[in-house]
Amino acid sequence: MPVREVVNDFSIHVATVNGSGSQSANLILLRAMFEMGIPVSGKNLFPSNIAGLPTWYTIRANKAGFTGRKKEVDILIAMNPQTAQEDVESLEPGCAVIYDEPLRLGDLRRDLHFYPVPFDRITAPVCPVPKLRKLVRNIVYDGVLAWLIDIEMDELRDAIHRQFSTKPKAAALNWNAAVAGYDWARQNLAKRDPFRVERMDGNRGKIIVEGNAASALGAVFGGVSVITWYPITPSSSLAEAAEAYLKRFRIDPETGKATFAVVQAEDEIASIGMAVGAGWAGARSMTTTAGPGISLMSEFVGLAHFAEVPVVVIDVQRMGPSTGLPTRTSQGDFLSAATLSHGDTSHPLLIPATPKECFEFTARAFDVAERLQAPVFVMLDLDLGMNFWTSDKFEYPDWDLDRGKVLTETQIEALQGDWGRYRDIDGDGIPYRTIPGNRHPQAGYFTRGTGHDPDANYSEREDDWIRNMERIKAKMASSGNWLPESLVDDDPNARIAFLAAGTSHEAVRESRSQLELEYRVKTAYCRVRGWPFSRSTEEFIARHDRVYVVEQNRDGQLRELLRRQFPAIHDHLRSIRYYGGMPLDARTITDAVAEKERL
Amino acid sequence: MSPATVRRRKRRKAPASNRIGLGLEPYRGLKTTLCAGCGHNSISERIVECFFEMGIDPTQVVKLSGIGCSSKSPAYFLGMSHGFNSVHGRMPSVATGAVLANKNLLALGVSGDGDTASIGLGQFVHMMRRNVPIVYIIEDNGCYGLTKGQFSATADLGSVAKSGIANEQPPIDTCALAVQMGATFVARSFSGDKKQLQTVLKAALSHKGTAVLDVVSPCVTFNDHMGSTKSYKYVRDHKVMLQSIDFVPHFEEIDIQDEFLPGTVREVPLHDGSVLRLEKLEEEYDPTDWLTALDRIELAAQKGQILTGVLFVNTDSPSFTDVLNLDDLPLAQIGQDRLRPPKSALDEVMTELS
Repeated sequence: MPVREVVNDFSIHVATVNGSGSQSANLILLRAMFEMGIPVSGKNLFPSNIAGLPTWYTIRANKAGFTGRKKEVDILIAMNPQTAQEDVESLEPGCAVIYDEPLRLGDLRRDLHFYPVPFDRITAPVCPVPKLRKLVRNIVYDGVLAWLIDIEMDELRDAIHRQFSTKPKAAALNWNAAVAGYDWARQNLAKRDPFRVERMDGNRGKIIVEGNAASALGAVFGGVSVITWYPITPSSSLAEAAEAYLKRFRIDPETGKATFAVVQAEDEIASIGMAVGAGWAGARSMTTTAGPGISLMSEFVGLAHFAEVPVVVIDVQRMGPSTGLPTRTSQGDFLSAATLSHGDTSHPLLIPATPKECFEFTARAFDVAERLQAPVFVMLDLDLGMNFWTSDKFEYPDWDLDRGKVLTETQIEALQGDWGRYRDIDGDGIPYRTIPGNRHPQAGYFTRGTGHDPDANYSEREDDWIRNMERIKAKMASSGNWLPESLVDDDPNARIAFLAAGTSHEAVRESRSQLELEYRVKTAYCRVRGWPFSRSTEEFIARHDRVYVVEQNRDGQLRELLRRQFPAIHDHLRSIRYYGGMPLDARTITDAVAEKERL
Repeated sequence: MSPATVRRRKRRKAPASNRIGLGLEPYRGLKTTLCAGCGHNSISERIVECFFEMGIDPTQVVKLSGIGCSSKSPAYFLGMSHGFNSVHGRMPSVATGAVLANKNLLALGVSGDGDTASIGLGQFVHMMRRNVPIVYIIEDNGCYGLTKGQFSATADLGSVAKSGIANEQPPIDTCALAVQMGATFVARSFSGDKKQLQTVLKAALSHKGTAVLDVVSPCVTFNDHMGSTKSYKYVRDHKVMLQSIDFVPHFEEIDIQDEFLPGTVREVPLHDGSVLRLEKLEEEYDPTDWLTALDRIELAAQKGQILTGVLFVNTDSPSFTDVLNLDDLPLAQIGQDRLRPPKSALDEVMTELS
């Protein structure tokens, strides 16, 4: 037995071949550990490929609640002959390796704990149908691992039944396979590595959810009425989840009719076009896409910005440019989304870091869009959208839908028809609009992407043009008022400061802890959650000499947006960038800070 | 032209107000800025007349367009309606979104041949495939008037541009495409044929689904010369009327002393109760059979004819908003109480995920 146990603090790396059906087995492990009260996350590191290329699934368990990616692997489950050798060679000493016996990995190194398992021999008796064995053998490693690290079998069983809740036969088959794996391990293996789990109480009131599903729920409870989309990784599951929830909760029980429309368009240009048309005609409309779709939507987003049409665009960012790494995460669309389209344009961004924020910000985005009469972007990324996160439960929205400045028939009558679509009545740059179908004879106006005067008449006059552009600029500058505030965790003893957005958050949070524990360096932290940045962001940067802007792209796009908005204090900004496509991990940040600060 | 058509409707002076009590003025728009003699101006006039005569409430109409000469024209009619001059070739998606938001709106799309058949072909096709409820008019002059007369995708092979260059690419026949792609009302007309265009447009307004009207509409500045196959003269010389058309709106009695020969009139009941009466000038033609329609369109092309009339009607296919089973109230008008599910729904999901 090991000298020092490592309890509830390790990462499991499952190496399989894409298309081998290991996702269920991994989700079952994740769920069983979650039910034991251990903070966990599950990240799928998969190739852009149907079948055959290597894929890894990592499960991180951490009793302190740090569930960002951990770069180092503690337990490797090596099921893929293609990568097994390389996977083993890259491990740190002391790791545990469960591997398929025929791969004969045991002789590769002396400093690891090897557990050869004859998966085929264990699987065959419990799975009489040969073609199912490829799938079922994955559940066998669940059983082996359960024995090895003390996952409670009751929880494993419940997780299996939950995973196969609609297929009782499959549930029984897989449970038998898990038990077979567990029994084989108990009879044949001797535990030598230090890693194990122990029931704790870290998940009270928590859920396991992907950001895409969270965002989909946000749309549903934010009152979305039209969703248009085109399939693209990593955003497809968002639209699909939204449609499923809409069908469940937004069909009128009496009439059986839908209070929503979901349309899979022919491409991203059509999806944004439909969303703009729907927003113009009074729907709460949105589209969901990723970087390549954002590029295609450019012209329509410029039109919506200039003609002042509300629409929500959800960008689940993946690694670009071009097709790039379609199944890898990135924060590479900040700049392009913020200024999408030609001419002088800018669009508010909401940047969630957690599933709970995906829910809240997506719901809020419709209010912001209708309030500002503008396209609004919600910036997820693949890591947040497609991976499983332990999250706080979502709170039911306690605010009313904001439908913005819309004039009704009665109001136009009261104005005796004297209104203008682009007049700045309130001095906030936000004009009033009417919705098509308004029956007042003076309600109609002409929407165009060409120059117009305050009454929406065609105009090429330079004073009309400049006045209109200045008004829109003022409106967009004030848009920060409608966006989520930055969250600041300041410390008077902080030697350095961090600034980050989105999924960099988990890594920064953990890095701060590492810096304090390992280097005795206290840090301050500002997490921006929207662009334009809130005033508190500026004050934070001003207070700190060195603010490390952490982000997941090559060119420092977040820092660039900060520099634009706060030119006077831009010399306070330092940059830490990672753009390798994996979810950002804390060690990468800590090492970079240690080097830059000469710690 | 059939004498029967003329007989039924003695041209009366237009009444001062229509069946919803509006005069002609609310149906007019701004003064046109297109060239004098442009076919598009005639089409705008027909739109004004037809919407007035049909007694359509202009506040319940949305007029949408893309980019081009044709797409400017919505400013010149239906001034009371909401208009949207969108982006080049992508008006179908905007119109689709608008009718999703409010299925009760009457969508009138005005586009050109470049906007529809060149840059916009993808969206045009998918709009028809969905049978989006819209009257979609292609003001077809075979060229880009706004950028000085380059050929569009409907220009005929060998048609000569003002610069003297002959077109080397074969044309896309928007009507054949429409029939193939699922449009449920397909007609071709000519901006210079006031009567036929009026009748066809009124019938299209009574149809629910994608109604495509390809209206040959000569560009007097860049494509009205000898050698052009979209000039006034060429169209007049090569126009063949498939049938003589009569339209009986749902709010009028059919009071025909029918002098048609038995079996020579085909009546097509439209969605709003109006009736389209097609006097067959060609014995075999069945406008509800898409194969016949395609066959005849192709034959016309081979013969160098510009075939006008109602080429195809299908009143059986449900429109896109019907297929989506949308709430009786337009989505845009549904309030928070029905847009946001109750707390119990969120609780249910949270329990499932925990």
